[in-house]
Amino acid sequence: MNGVVLVIALTLVAIGGTAVVMTNAPERQAVTLGLYGVLLTMLFFALQAPDVALSQLAVGTAIVPLMVMLAIRKIRGGRS
Amino acid sequence: MSYYPYFVAGWLLLVGAFGIVRSRNLVHAVVSLSVAQSGTYVLLLSVGYQRKATAPVFGSTIKPNLKVVDPVVQALTLTDIVVSATVTALLLALAMQVAKRHGTVDPDQLTALEG
Amino acid sequence: MFFIGGGLVAVLYVWAVVGMPLFGSIFHPYRDLAIHAAVAHGTANAVSAVNFDQRAIDTLGEETIFFASVLGAAALLRPSKEEREKRGGHGGAEQVMASTRLAGYVLFPLTIIIGLDVVAHGHLTPGGGFQGGVVLATGIHLLYVAGSYDALERTRPVHLYEYSEVAGALAFVGLGFAGIVIAGAYLANVVPYGGFGHLVSAGTVDLLSFAVGIEVASGVIVMLAHFLEQAIALQGGPHE
Repeated sequence: MNGVVLVIALTLVAIGGTAVVMTNAPERQAVTLGLYGVLLTMLFFALQAPDVALSQLAVGTAIVPLMVMLAIRKIRGGRS
Repeated sequence: MSYYPYFVAGWLLLVGAFGIVRSRNLVHAVVSLSVAQSGTYVLLLSVGYQRKATAPVFGSTIKPNLKVVDPVVQALTLTDIVVSATVTALLLALAMQVAKRHGTVDPDQLTALEG
Repeated sequence: MFFIGGGLVAVLYVWAVVGMPLFGSIFHPYRDLAIHAAVAHGTANAVSAVNFDQRAIDTLGEETIFFASVLGAAALLRPSKEEREKRGGHGGAEQVMASTRLAGYVLFPLTIIIGLDVVAHGHLTPGGGFQGGVVLATGIHLLYVAGSYDALERTRPVHLYEYSEVAGALAFVGLGFAGIVIAGAYLANVVPYGGFGHLVSAGTVDLLSFAVGIEVASGVIVMLAHFLEQAIALQGGPHE
């Protein structure tokens, strides 16, 4: 049973990573990166690593997409 | 199934590198670097996994026993996540500075660093 | 060109992987040693024991990296001369939906308490200094989501958080020196171990977790403050 969950989680992570890289517009990449962070969190739970999952959730879903959006806004000169 | 997580980790690394090489925006390259770094998390945690083992946290219901996954690689992955987040922050700050000084974040047009 | 290099890396990687133990094997020598050492020091969360007790010197390095990167981001994001003159009325209280405001006011104390709980119970349940610190920092920024940038600026004096970040880092290093004084080794676990699974247990793991939590929360707030200032407060754009 856990094997099936692991295979599904790993496949979703691989597809999610490909989707993040294939998104060309950086502002859309911030959203995809947040979703990819949640997929990684679920994979880490399936791998029995709650500490790492908590850390990835906090950092990869709340902090990094926020910084990406702020960087994009600054680079566009506040016009976006 | 025995080697599938390792292949997923390698795939994430290669896909992230592909994104960096093919990107036309520095912010896109930074996010692709973040994806490549997440491949190392998957590899580290897969090395420490044991079938039918539980998380390395003990309490009143789970007495200390040895049928748990490896806590050492989880500690390594925690440090990895912290370092990766800080590197991403620094690279984004650098991209903002580059945009201020050169007006563009297209790597192909940033020729001031060449030669 | 990339595909040649990528293909070579893939071949080498597959060659290395097929020599590794199978996924899910039972051969984990470090796990046996680490669990024994964690239980001997009375720590219920083995990952925190590895982070703050057995390999605390690596956590010191990780916190130094974090500290240095916050410093580097602050240096890189200093407002330039033109931007300092243009600073002025930035986006004040734009219209925030009432439901968002209510959600922010309700969630703000909850998030702070949850963050403090995650930091304080780092040696008992999954969590610890870093995770709780990030939750705390994100909680403070709920003021920005539910209110305005001005409200956030008034309640978040950046100098205070810069000092508290330094205080957290110094507390970590200072506890290490206490280890030298009492037990002869840097960052040794010298506080009494207490009962297994109780709040007062695991020696210095909890204290180090608090120090790291303070440092990480303050560091993330300072870093986000610089990013927000560059993106929201200063409207000077790139030179075209």
